[in-house]
Amino acid sequence: MRALYFAWVRERIGKTEEELAPPEDVKTVGELMGWLSSQGENYAAAFAQIKTMRAALDRTHVKHDALIGSAREIAFFPPMTGG
Amino acid sequence: MSARILVRVQKEIFDAAAEAANLTDGRTDIGALVTFMGLCRDEGGALAALEIEHYPGMAEEEIRRVAREAAARWPLEGIAAIHRFGLIRPGESIVLVVTASGHRDEAFAAASFLMDYLKTEAPFWKKKHLVSGTGDWVAAKAEDEAAARKWRSSSRSRSSERDSAA
Repeated sequence: MRALYFAWVRERIGKTEEELAPPEDVKTVGELMGWLSSQGENYAAAFAQIKTMRAALDRTHVKHDALIGSAREIAFFPPMTGG
Repeated sequence: MSARILVRVQKEIFDAAAEAANLTDGRTDIGALVTFMGLCRDEGGALAALEIEHYPGMAEEEIRRVAREAAARWPLEGIAAIHRFGLIRPGESIVLVVTASGHRDEAFAAASFLMDYLKTEAPFWKKKHLVSGTGDWVAAKAEDEAAARKWRSSSRSRSSERDSAA
């Protein structure tokens, strides 16, 4: 699965995107965030305010309890500030 | 009702008058055209530039989804929504929303709805570059979220009341 990071999530992790291979027991978006935050200090910093974190599966906004299923692309980003 | 919907995400400066004319040219049934343009403020001279990051693909798709929802809620003839990304200097435009309809109430309401949803649902993020050399990401505002939320309960009932009153 391809993961994309935007804004300060991208800056804190230090990557724009990467391929992820989470363990099989990671089923939801929230579980993936929990697993990612254990992958190093940079990830822990990016996912420190986990409640405010937004996510999209295959370019559609999802909540943290959404099942990842067969999604090919997951994106993590802070609340949006466009307009 | 099939409103004409135009959505673009671009680096370049847009021509608001040309985009508005594009919705009305050759039409004789449009009685109201609302144009909203969001500009980059200099924050009292402190801001050097805004840097706008976006999620390519999803940004266009989300704006289009919101535009379709506006077209489903109000009897619109046309919608144009353009959002810029990249480095934007004070005084430059950031976002354009144009709505065309038979009457003004729908055009005003739809433009306001589009902006409220665009701010909270379209994947764009602003970073401030200050004249002092520092800079940081703009934090999302609670009032923007509240502005988007108000449409979830109020809009449909208001527009149906108006339809029956007319």
